Amino acid sequence: MNKKEMLVAAIKNGTVIDHIPSDKTYQVAQLLELQNLSTQVTIGYNLLSKKLGKKGIIKVEDKFFTDEEISRLSVVAPNIVLNIIKDFEVVEKKQVITPDEIHGIVRCNNPKCITNNEPMSTYFHVTDGILTCHYCEKEQDINKVELV
Amino acid sequence: MDKHNFVTIANLTREKILYMIEMAQEFEKHPNRELLKGKVVATLFFEPSTRTRLSFETAANRLGARVIGFADPKVTSGTKGETLKDTILMVSNYADVIVMRHYIEGAAQYASEVAPVPIVNAGDGAHQHPSQCMLDLYSIYKTQGTLDNLNIYMVGDLKYGRTVHSLLMAMRHFNPTFHFVAPKELAMPKEYKLYCDEHGIKYQEHTAFNEKVIADADILYMTRVQKERFSDLMEYERVKNVYVLNNDLLKSAKPNMKILHPLPRVNEIAYEVDDNPHAYYIQQAGNGLFAREAIFCDVLGITLDEVKNDKTIIL
Repeated sequence: MNKKEMLVAAIKNGTVIDHIPSDKTYQVAQLLELQNLSTQVTIGYNLLSKKLGKKGIIKVEDKFFTDEEISRLSVVAPNIVLNIIKDFEVVEKKQVITPDEIHGIVRCNNPKCITNNEPMSTYFHVTDGILTCHYCEKEQDINKVELV
Repeated sequence: MDKHNFVTIANLTREKILYMIEMAQEFEKHPNRELLKGKVVATLFFEPSTRTRLSFETAANRLGARVIGFADPKVTSGTKGETLKDTILMVSNYADVIVMRHYIEGAAQYASEVAPVPIVNAGDGAHQHPSQCMLDLYSIYKTQGTLDNLNIYMVGDLKYGRTVHSLLMAMRHFNPTFHFVAPKELAMPKEYKLYCDEHGIKYQEHTAFNEKVIADADILYMTRVQKERFSDLMEYERVKNVYVLNNDLLKSAKPNMKILHPLPRVNEIAYEVDDNPHAYYIQQAGNGLFAREAIFCDVLGITLDEVKNDKTIIL
């Protein structure tokens, strides 16, 4: 790890979420429900990145996300990498796998859909980057979704 | 036994469609029975639709069921802010099957997930109207003797017309050739043309509507071109009389060709056509009764065999 990335302290155990598109940083934090954590969380954005120009990084102490939690990120930042840190070492790199189904998280963009007219959770089927609403069957692009 | 619903036409197999058609044929032979004696059918029309409601209620009555429900959403607790789920659960306490029409898309699918009794979708907004599709399929089968290898011409509003979209999807099992005849503004949407490509369905598009274009048709499926669908009223004025069927256009039609229309019609089929032997749209609506009797039996777990060996027929 070079000095530039050491702007915030390295963590002993936990998860470093890297390569977040800078403007998506807070959405990632929201989808992972970081506001409910009691461990140390560092959120950085507008950091310089060779790949992305600007990027966001989130470091979360003593927290290892489940595959389900990670898959939620597919709707905002499918290319991010989660570094699993144990005793200051990266022991595993996890990538976001787009799930076949997305429950909650995303709003259906059809105002006449039942999910926008009834207190209920949304539900989408995912194929090739297209979300199809389970109820009204309207399709939307995974890169253009609005979160619930 | 899993609860049967009739919510969408999209996932019905070829075998299931033919099974439902065979059942409808039985009901056409003997529409009056007591197969549903002792059952209560609820018809919940959150959006008025007199034609569809009467057809369902007639089907229920002719099978010996009793019918409860509402035709006017203004009288329901929905206007007091009750959720659809609560309404459906409440009615599930009373009825053995719920027929529902709703202006919200996906409402029937959701109702089928929360209700302990079968849900029959009688139309959910612009989304699906599967019982209409079933009667269209039955009408095609009845007039052509088959659903296979037919030339089906769809005319008029192919953009918003949900009946043409449902028919297109249901026919994918039967190797049809479609011809889409529509003004540019109301052309068949890209997603349905992609659907055709994905399922190997042949289609051609036309903007002209004349004797020659439709000469090859087995089925001419007319729809209403509605003024409110046009953003450009000049365009509407230009096309409003182009997609009108009259006897002159039918001179070269194949002898077996039949004209279907989901009704109501306004001016897209001239009244002179009503007496033409190709006209079939009134009988088509009548077939709705048999198709809906079959739908009721299917969702209530009554099989084709039981319908064939039915001892409750009223002659």
